[in-house]
Amino acid sequence: MNNNDYIIQVEHVTKRFDGGKVVLNDVCLNIKRGEFVTLLGPSGCGKTTLLRIIAGFTKPTEGRILLSGKDISELPPYQRPVNTVFQRYALFPHLNVYDNVAFGLKLQKVSEAEIDTRVLTALRIVGMTEYEERNVNELSGGQQQRVAIARAIVNRPQVLLLDEPLSALDHKLRVDMQLELKQMHRDLGITFIFVTHDQEEALSMSDTIVVMNDSVVQQIGTPTDIYNEPANPFVADFIGESNILNGTMKRDYIVNFMDKDFQCVDKGFEADAPIDVVIRPEDVVLHKDPKDGQWTGRVTSCIFKGIHYEMLVQTPDGYEIQVQNYTAYPVDTEIGMSVAPENIHVMPCKSLFNTIEATVIDATHVFMLGASFETKLHSLPKGTHVKVAVDFDKVDMLDDPADGIAEGQIRNILYKGNHYFIDVKCSNGANIQADTNDVWEDWDMIGISIKPEDIRVIEG
Amino acid sequence: MKKAFANAYIWILMLLLYAPILLILVFSFTEAKVLGSWTGFSANLYRNLLTGEAGEALNNAIYNTVLIALVAAAVSTILGTFAAIGIHNMRHGRVRQAITFTNNIPMINPDIITGISIFLLFVFLGIGRGLFCVICAHIAFCTPYVVLNVMPQLMKMNPNLYEAALDLGATPMQALRKVIIPELKSGMISGFILAITLSVDDFAVTLFTKGSGTVETLSTYIYADARKGGLTPELRPLFSIIFIVILVLLVFYNLKTAKQTGND
Amino acid sequence: MMSKIIANRANWAWPYAIVLLVFVVMPLVMIVYYSFQDAEGQWSLHNFHKFFLSTDSVNTLIYSIGIAMITTILCILLGYPAAYFMSKKEYRLPKVMAALFILPMWINVLLRTLATVALFDFAHLPLGEGALIFGMVYNFLPFMVYPIYNTMLKMDGSLIEAAQDLGASPRKVFTEVFLPLSMPGVYSGIVMVFMPTISTFALAELLTMNNVKLFGTLIQENINAGLLGYGAALSLIVLILIGLTSFFDNEE
Repeated sequence: MNNNDYIIQVEHVTKRFDGGKVVLNDVCLNIKRGEFVTLLGPSGCGKTTLLRIIAGFTKPTEGRILLSGKDISELPPYQRPVNTVFQRYALFPHLNVYDNVAFGLKLQKVSEAEIDTRVLTALRIVGMTEYEERNVNELSGGQQQRVAIARAIVNRPQVLLLDEPLSALDHKLRVDMQLELKQMHRDLGITFIFVTHDQEEALSMSDTIVVMNDSVVQQIGTPTDIYNEPANPFVADFIGESNILNGTMKRDYIVNFMDKDFQCVDKGFEADAPIDVVIRPEDVVLHKDPKDGQWTGRVTSCIFKGIHYEMLVQTPDGYEIQVQNYTAYPVDTEIGMSVAPENIHVMPCKSLFNTIEATVIDATHVFMLGASFETKLHSLPKGTHVKVAVDFDKVDMLDDPADGIAEGQIRNILYKGNHYFIDVKCSNGANIQADTNDVWEDWDMIGISIKPEDIRVIEG
Repeated sequence: MKKAFANAYIWILMLLLYAPILLILVFSFTEAKVLGSWTGFSANLYRNLLTGEAGEALNNAIYNTVLIALVAAAVSTILGTFAAIGIHNMRHGRVRQAITFTNNIPMINPDIITGISIFLLFVFLGIGRGLFCVICAHIAFCTPYVVLNVMPQLMKMNPNLYEAALDLGATPMQALRKVIIPELKSGMISGFILAITLSVDDFAVTLFTKGSGTVETLSTYIYADARKGGLTPELRPLFSIIFIVILVLLVFYNLKTAKQTGND
Repeated sequence: MMSKIIANRANWAWPYAIVLLVFVVMPLVMIVYYSFQDAEGQWSLHNFHKFFLSTDSVNTLIYSIGIAMITTILCILLGYPAAYFMSKKEYRLPKVMAALFILPMWINVLLRTLATVALFDFAHLPLGEGALIFGMVYNFLPFMVYPIYNTMLKMDGSLIEAAQDLGASPRKVFTEVFLPLSMPGVYSGIVMVFMPTISTFALAELLTMNNVKLFGTLIQENINAGLLGYGAALSLIVLILIGLTSFFDNEE
């Protein structure tokens, strides 16, 4: 594809704040002219910072931003042909609706007559005609939102940036605005970059979704791609509901999970390669007669969700599976379940254990994760840099950070059917993963402890 | 019963607080030498104020007072507004702490200390006291109040407004002129009024910074006069005028701030 | 280059920072500097020596602190109920009352003192120590009422309701909840009343026909007499007292 088809190119952008906190880590992104692109991720993932870098409010620490192939990294915001719709609208309270919308045009010294036509056109597009003379403080949230959009599009930007513009609106209004924004995008023909943490919003509006987490782009794709073929368990968990389970790839087209073999459509893995299996709740087929299913279970809860029922089913060997169905099965019913091969999503698993950078302190201690850990006796000289392996289930997580050897904060939690898989960011910035049966919450501060015999020094 | 007591208490205190002032106001309209002996209504004390023997000195004092107040208030308002914007955008750290702490000093220090300390600085630098010294001192003790009035406006301002202006093509200076200043206007006006009030009202700081020269203001003039003979009859109309001017300014200021808070 | 400095709005505070340095910090440094200089311009403790050896000066300080204490206590006794009545909706006092009460705070010492003189004249009462204390209280009462009133207004009403809900009698609600919560206002009031009363000079001069000297009078007389070092040393003592009282304020 010719480079000029891209209107915005984000090249290896890293943003480090003054305190050393990394909010964007080597982000690359190409945005096609005329696309509706959504940056989607949980709060704190870096999506708003990326938008602010494109707008010019924040300078990247490393990397650059190209607009139509030209480097604009050093351009101040007022010289960039992009406009922003802010989360809290940021309408100028001392100006009325008309003057808010005309603000940019007046600065450009556009003639009075042209300002008038363009402002009225913009207000018509957002459905705010007759409101010109109104004080912006008298408008409702939805109306302010419309004025904010008119104020941005009246300048005919090449790219419109929208920073969670619908998050302050109530649900019904939000859905209406989604449709209208989509229509505006079609009519205006310009590129929209939309930031949100709401996956439904992203799925229903975008041409392309950029899923972000922990300062890194996780996956880029169309809404269907992202939903149907999530690149990793995080994306699977964040977009829609899903059952995520540990498994192994027996051979081509045969996958094993929940201690059973299943047909699947994936191939090309090494024999017995560890993988993650994702099954959407709506893809689990329920059978009244338990014998008809590939596996069985007992319903433990059943909630009506409006169109379908959402049920939790407990299998005899201790897995909890979330399923959706149009028919309700009362609690305690024994049912059978099955899943079609094409609905079993297999994704490679990076590893079965943590690999941690460490430095040898003495014959029985290494320094890692910002603390000194006791190990089995080894013969490596002091100061050697080594890699240390720790199995996920050998990492102990403690309530009180002071009780652990190292300290960390929980950044992500995945439920894997019969246990939780937890991402922990340690005080020195390193990540460690742990399997646990305990219930934790995001952002909990915890202590980390590992027994000496569970620390394997694997690389000298 | 409790309500009646509370009301009575407040009204008595209020009466006590305002009785002396009312007394002077009333007796500024009679020519009696001592308070209490009403010798008939007369505006002569007012008439003689500017034309009497002290007329020229008084004219001069009024001129100085107005000049000092306007210059000090104008400079304080500009300086304080920029300072508030700067402090608001500073990272929370030692520099910000140091500036906000120092900003509080002139408000806590008794006037006499502020006056003497600035007087000593001018002595040390070998610069003669006079109008310049007085104005500098007034700017020093007025600006903190401007900062204090502008700060809350900044706090409640949508943090994206400045960025929105830049986004729409305004340079930083245009953003300041077209968006930030209009947003801060009411705080700046309150600060300006307060600065004028404080400046007109000041006595101790002016006394120590004016030097022995001819720079008299209304309050130093009153002090000099009262020292000689207590509350002389000619001071009564002067007192009344200053009181009314400050009262009007303060009522205006209070209405302004009340309106601001009412809008939230 | 220049435009980059201006673009960072944090830098907009620097002009004022310089003004603060020159007209607030430097003058305070001057007070310290002059107080440690003798008449010949040598570093010495001469001024402090002189102060502690002069029974008159020390007595004036003690007398001023005594007067300031009496004034402060009277202001609390009179001001606390006033602030209480005005802050409570149930007494239905118009809101403008509070503004009127606090208004005299902004009018200068001289005018307020002359007003007291007028009152004593009118009532044919002699000027002197009694007039001084009356004048002080009259002058500084708004400074006590204002912070207490403010604290009471900002107090979270649900705390009072919570105490009632937990079974506290009206008396208990007041002594166990309302009073402790209003104390920060009282401390601020003390700071705003105590220090200015020590350092005032015009007040004593006009209210006692110059018969009673306060510490402020002492400072002013010495500065006027050209004894800058001694005047500075006395000012430094006031500054130290301010430091101590504001420390007391921050403690709470």
